[in-house]
Amino acid sequence: MSNFEFPSSIVSRPVYGTFEARPGHSHLFIADAEGAAAILDFAGSNQSVMATSHIIYIPKDCGDKYVKQLEALNASQLYVGPTYPAAMSRINHVLANAHMGIQIYLSGTEGLMSETRTAAMAAGASLDSIQLEHRGSLSRRMQCVHCKGITEDVITDPYVCSHCGLNLFVRDHYSERLGVFQGVRVDAEDHGNVPDAVELYK
Amino acid sequence: MTIQFNDETFKDDYTFKNSKEALARFPFPFHEDSYMYSVNLEPHVTSRPGSVYEMGFDVDEHYVSEMRDRAEVLAQDPLRSQSLPHMTLAGWDFLELVMENKSKDYPDLFELHKDGNKWRWINKPLGIDDTFTFLDETTLPYGPLEYIGRQTQGDHVLLDQREDNLWADAGIVTTQADWSLDFDIGMNFFQWHAPVPLAAELGVFKRALKFLMNIQLGAPARRLNWTMTVNPLLDTSPENYAEWGIQKTEITPETIGSKQHLRVELQTLWRLPRSNALVFPIRCYLASFEDIATVPKWGRRLHRVVRDIPDELATYKGFIDNKPLMLDFLSKFDDGLPTSDGIWPDIETEPPLQK
Repeated sequence: MSNFEFPSSIVSRPVYGTFEARPGHSHLFIADAEGAAAILDFAGSNQSVMATSHIIYIPKDCGDKYVKQLEALNASQLYVGPTYPAAMSRINHVLANAHMGIQIYLSGTEGLMSETRTAAMAAGASLDSIQLEHRGSLSRRMQCVHCKGITEDVITDPYVCSHCGLNLFVRDHYSERLGVFQGVRVDAEDHGNVPDAVELYK
Repeated sequence: MTIQFNDETFKDDYTFKNSKEALARFPFPFHEDSYMYSVNLEPHVTSRPGSVYEMGFDVDEHYVSEMRDRAEVLAQDPLRSQSLPHMTLAGWDFLELVMENKSKDYPDLFELHKDGNKWRWINKPLGIDDTFTFLDETTLPYGPLEYIGRQTQGDHVLLDQREDNLWADAGIVTTQADWSLDFDIGMNFFQWHAPVPLAAELGVFKRALKFLMNIQLGAPARRLNWTMTVNPLLDTSPENYAEWGIQKTEITPETIGSKQHLRVELQTLWRLPRSNALVFPIRCYLASFEDIATVPKWGRRLHRVVRDIPDELATYKGFIDNKPLMLDFLSKFDDGLPTSDGIWPDIETEPPLQK
């Protein structure tokens, strides 16, 4: 399910493209799950970049599917971590110590791209140095507008807030700063009347 | 000028009401018998003494109670007031703009005394008498935007201008028509308008942005916007929608006249001198349907606007479910007579209701 074409209706959502080679002193790849395939495709025609590349990969439900192939790229650094929170201190460290001229490539779920892009911008990276390529799950990273809690990997609409438990509908409104879409109580005007959850984009 | 300030609430027991004088100056937003989006910006110049267009920052009988409501909202949710780090100077620009305008326009209520950067600000209605150093944040109890925002009716958003766009990078927002500062802060003009239907296709935002980016110092602009609110609830925030949403379903044919309110925003835009940012005050005025219907022209016109509005807009503005109930009520005030051009009530010249 790669290269899904998102509906054009959401002006506030970032545009996802395909990684392209850009000159840089160093290259940072952060990917989750199927996002590894974007790195592999890119490296196929840009093998020379790997010598100055740091790859951070969180396989999630892909398990070992891509790990051997990533190892074979001979990047200068490769880290495979169990979860995003586990990888976070490493990611923040790398971003904080990045020099001008770093190129950042984020691939995989919208949630991963959102969170890492927000972290990169907070660390002072310019938007021009960040590329996004969506791969795999169409899940969204959602923030409950009521309790502010963020629920990862939301794949249905409505969904249940993992913090306050309200049933929320998935609003097509995206905050780049927070890296989240907005979830709003679906039964606010008719308490208890929660429509059946349907898969996003279906 | 003497204003008798009301002691009233905008939630729970909802004791808010408009006096006869307040209703007469209500900014009815429809200049003709139908409504569609338009840029509709005009210079914010003094006009019509007594109207909401007379002063730069209108102060009315609801001032003291609105500021109390704002303080309560901020105590409950401090995220309603935020300023990204690069916006502090714009906050000072805004503070100066308000203090200078209010002390000039309402000298019996507000005083500003400057001795170099040592400023003394007296706000009589709120019982404030503070001396501080202009541009020195440590001399105020809040940042400059929040300090003056707690003393100025309306929400206030500071827009940074860069990269051929406007960025909502600071604000104090507690009387909003269902949008979240905490979510939208940091967005550019197109991003924060993303949920609005139809307007983008009409090219409204592109034209509006171009206009706004050209606003000059000393030449502010204004427009009216509107929506519907059940009960005179100022804080219709997405944050609290989980609680107030249900109120929209609680009107009946008996209560619609008193509970259903037309919510009008007087939006103004001002260039700021040091930061080159814009400040975007969004001032909310509420009037109940039954009060509006006492003005024959407004009763006729409101019925026609609600009747003919496209469903997408009624849905976006959140009143599509109540539209039939509204029309039942409003049709009693529409006798089919023509109406005069413009938003003003024209009480003396428009005929009384013929039914």
